[in-house]
Amino acid sequence: MTAETLPKTRLYLLPLGIFFALVVLLGVGLTLDPREVPSPLIGKPAPHFELPQLHDPAKTFSEQDMRGKVWLLNVWASWCVSCRAEHPVLLELAKSNAVSIYGLNYKDQRKDGVAWLQSLGNPYQISAFDLNGRVGIDYGVYGVPETYVIDKRGVIRYKQIGPVTSEILKEKILPLVNELNRG
Amino acid sequence: MNSIVAKVFALMLMLFAGSAAFGKEAAPAAEDPALEQRMAALTSELRCLVCQNQTIADSNAGLAVDLKNEVREKMKQGMSDREIIDFMVTRYGDFVLYRPPFKATTLFLWLGPLLLLAAGLLTLLFRLKRGRGAAETGLSEDEHARAAKLLAAGTETEKQ
Amino acid sequence: MVPEVGQFALALALTLALVQGILPIVGAARGNTVWMSVARPAAQGQFVFVAIAFGCLTYAFVNNDFSVAYVATNSNSALPLQYRIAGVWGGHEGSLLLWTLMLGVWTMAVTVFSRHLPQDMVARVVGVMGLVSVGFLAFMLFTSNPFDRLLPAAPDGRDLNPLLQDPGMVLHPPMLYLGYVGFSVAFAFAIAALLAGRLDAAWARWSRPWTTVAWMFLTLGIALGSGWAYYELGWGGWWFWDPVENASFMPWLMGTALIHSLAVTEKRGSFRSWTVLLAIFAFAFSLLGTFLVRSGVLTSVHAFATDPRRGIFILAFLTIVIGGSLVLYAWRTSRIGLGGSFDLVSRESLLLTNNVFLVVATGSVMLGTLYPLVLDALGLGKLSVGPPYFESVFVPLMAPALFLMGVGPLARWKKASLPELAVRLRWAFAVSLVTALLLPFTLGHWSALVSFGLLLALWIVASSVVNLLERIKNAATGASAWARLRSTPRAYYGMLLAHIGVAVFVVGVTLVKGYETEKDVRMEQGDTTEVGGYTFRLAGVAEVPGPNYVATRATMEVTRNGKSVTTLHPEKRFYNVQQMPMTEAAIDPGFTRDLYVSLGDELNATTWLVRIYHKPFVDWIWGGCLVMALGGLFAATDRRYRIAARRQREEEYAAAARGPQPSPVR
Repeated sequence: MTAETLPKTRLYLLPLGIFFALVVLLGVGLTLDPREVPSPLIGKPAPHFELPQLHDPAKTFSEQDMRGKVWLLNVWASWCVSCRAEHPVLLELAKSNAVSIYGLNYKDQRKDGVAWLQSLGNPYQISAFDLNGRVGIDYGVYGVPETYVIDKRGVIRYKQIGPVTSEILKEKILPLVNELNRG
Repeated sequence: MNSIVAKVFALMLMLFAGSAAFGKEAAPAAEDPALEQRMAALTSELRCLVCQNQTIADSNAGLAVDLKNEVREKMKQGMSDREIIDFMVTRYGDFVLYRPPFKATTLFLWLGPLLLLAAGLLTLLFRLKRGRGAAETGLSEDEHARAAKLLAAGTETEKQ
Repeated sequence: MVPEVGQFALALALTLALVQGILPIVGAARGNTVWMSVARPAAQGQFVFVAIAFGCLTYAFVNNDFSVAYVATNSNSALPLQYRIAGVWGGHEGSLLLWTLMLGVWTMAVTVFSRHLPQDMVARVVGVMGLVSVGFLAFMLFTSNPFDRLLPAAPDGRDLNPLLQDPGMVLHPPMLYLGYVGFSVAFAFAIAALLAGRLDAAWARWSRPWTTVAWMFLTLGIALGSGWAYYELGWGGWWFWDPVENASFMPWLMGTALIHSLAVTEKRGSFRSWTVLLAIFAFAFSLLGTFLVRSGVLTSVHAFATDPRRGIFILAFLTIVIGGSLVLYAWRTSRIGLGGSFDLVSRESLLLTNNVFLVVATGSVMLGTLYPLVLDALGLGKLSVGPPYFESVFVPLMAPALFLMGVGPLARWKKASLPELAVRLRWAFAVSLVTALLLPFTLGHWSALVSFGLLLALWIVASSVVNLLERIKNAATGASAWARLRSTPRAYYGMLLAHIGVAVFVVGVTLVKGYETEKDVRMEQGDTTEVGGYTFRLAGVAEVPGPNYVATRATMEVTRNGKSVTTLHPEKRFYNVQQMPMTEAAIDPGFTRDLYVSLGDELNATTWLVRIYHKPFVDWIWGGCLVMALGGLFAATDRRYRIAARRQREEEYAAAARGPQPSPVR
């Protein structure tokens, strides 16, 4: 009678099954970065802005100026340490003329930004000056540096969080730019 | 004439000194306490993206302060809480909300506990009702087998 | 020299742990008494070497040995002594050593307090704990060595994180770890029973006090952490449902379920396999917590410097230990037997219902904590799950369980009747309901949530009173009420206290959430403001240097109806080494309220932002936890567990069994 009322061994395997699923989940979790925030703006039109230029405050720069062209918007600041790491890569890219790079100087002092580019080199066709970071918020910027690939119709196609490295350039950004240029 | 000026001056001096000693009622930090209450409630549901798990209400990081100012501005412009939340989500995704939205991907999150509870209580009910007929011996399967064997052996010895 | 001694001690401890883990268990399986008797000495030796290693690391900290990398990252020569000691467990490697030390302490305790247990059981229990020690010692020696040298030695250390330079740091981790690690004893008992293929009421009786003491320490550890966050972080919050906080709460919930399930198994021999499963789960959640804090899988303010490589090791260890246990469970449980039966309505069924609620609550907390990871792993986007979720889910889930807390202790074993219970409890319910409805009016405005919370708390207290009164009245003999109270086992009082502790906790949470007020003001010297009926006056602000920081210190005079209440000194500290600003709130604690003042930013040379809180009954939150822990202490020190008392009783029984002796013929 006792044996009948006992559940089969199969039921006792249930905790093991759940545990196994948990271990797989945690194992996958080890390869992920919980702090990375993907952008919800991918595939959406780049948010509109009109900001004074860093080097020439009398002139403005807007994303609408870039309609018809594929371009990179790189968010940087003179106080940002990682930006220094990616700067040589951007300078190389600018020299190669594969794609035009435009800068968004985020929450910086004008003179600091100008001096920074002066000493390290200027890969940007134009840098827009975002003093209070409002445009940054519109673009979902949460940490510098960040880079956006924007297509001819003004739609954001890719966001790089963190410094651009030569691998990322080679594997992700340049192929995408070529594809967008063809289309 | 001079003595009157002197007296007036002395009086003013005393008043000045007196007020410094008494102090005044402290002014509220914000101009609109009702707005600040609304702020406190909403910003405690928004995540600071550059912090290690904190709300923008509790954090003093650069981005948190910027976002708080943004939220305050939007409230002053007359936007509702829902609109401000949508504003944040459009730019940063659902990650910025500490209260996960109710959508297809979070169905199990929100309904799971209830389902678990129902399953648990039903299982318990089922087992209790079934267990009522079980023998009260508390012997394990092994022990039952042993007992059966011993009893069988005993009966045989008796027969002999 | 000393760090090398410490490292060598760890290596020796690992060797002994291997011996401790393997020989006794194999010996028990083979009936080899010699191998089984290795358990105690091996365990005690292992503990000695772990203690030596811990002593060496403490020595390095106290003597500012910055040639040890771990000391250099977590200490500084200007750090006060008590924080140099607490810094030993301030980082990942050292906290692992603390974990291992606590495991050694528990193992030692088991070897000492287990004389009355059969040898094969002791061998298996100590053996399993040895295997767990092997895991942690190996983890330290191969991936997280606290004794790694930094050459050339740093001139000075990077200082302990200012947030950790606090008495809370001295108490909270050791207490917490004692609790976490203590569940390994219940786990070891469960595995020992599965290995032996024998699980009876005696097993439950042996496991119970160990589980209760571990639960008690965990309760204290969590309460300390919460209280520390409250006064340290500066905005009066005490629980954030942060992944690491949840990682300590889940074993606590499981441990509570285990204590109640053990009661059923001990008294009635029922549902043994469920209790074994709970024991495995409770420890599994302890290990899961260890994983979550150190692997970087979830973001948390409490996480140690995370390293996915270390995460792999812990995950592998977790898989082996818990996976192995669950395999053993699936294989052996069918041999264990079901146990006694009981009615649909009975104390057993009510205790099991309590289990269902606690396990579902644990599952919900785990669901919320891990859900962002699940979605990310499946590529379905990123999500945050925070306090709004947990509060909406956990509170409604626990409410019925709290209600049942009033009913369960009064129900009879095996067969109880709902109508009868209702009759016995009708006055308790009526009194609780009326008081809960009326009380909010005296405290301020009425709120349904406050009333509901008070109802649950008052209900628990009222039904406990009914329980106690019935016990006194139902004296079998004509014994007086006092005699009846004195002869009641201590464990009973432990239960009442623990339940009342929960009620106190609920009152604290309900009233603070319902009635706390805060004010954000701009203050100049001499300004006053009023919060919660108290008047606060900023008397002055001064710069005060500390041992390793510079503080801006405000003097706030607090009065009520013209009479002076206290003087508070909120500070804003700037730590020299880590260049970190920190707010030190000033609190005036009280039985019925806390006054909490936090110094904000300096607006200009004469004006400061100040935030003032009036928090009614907030200390009841931690007071309730203390009462709960006290209840646990009472239950664990019940006469039937005390060894000297047991020997005396055994002698009494033996004498009674011999029968009356004829007096010697003279």
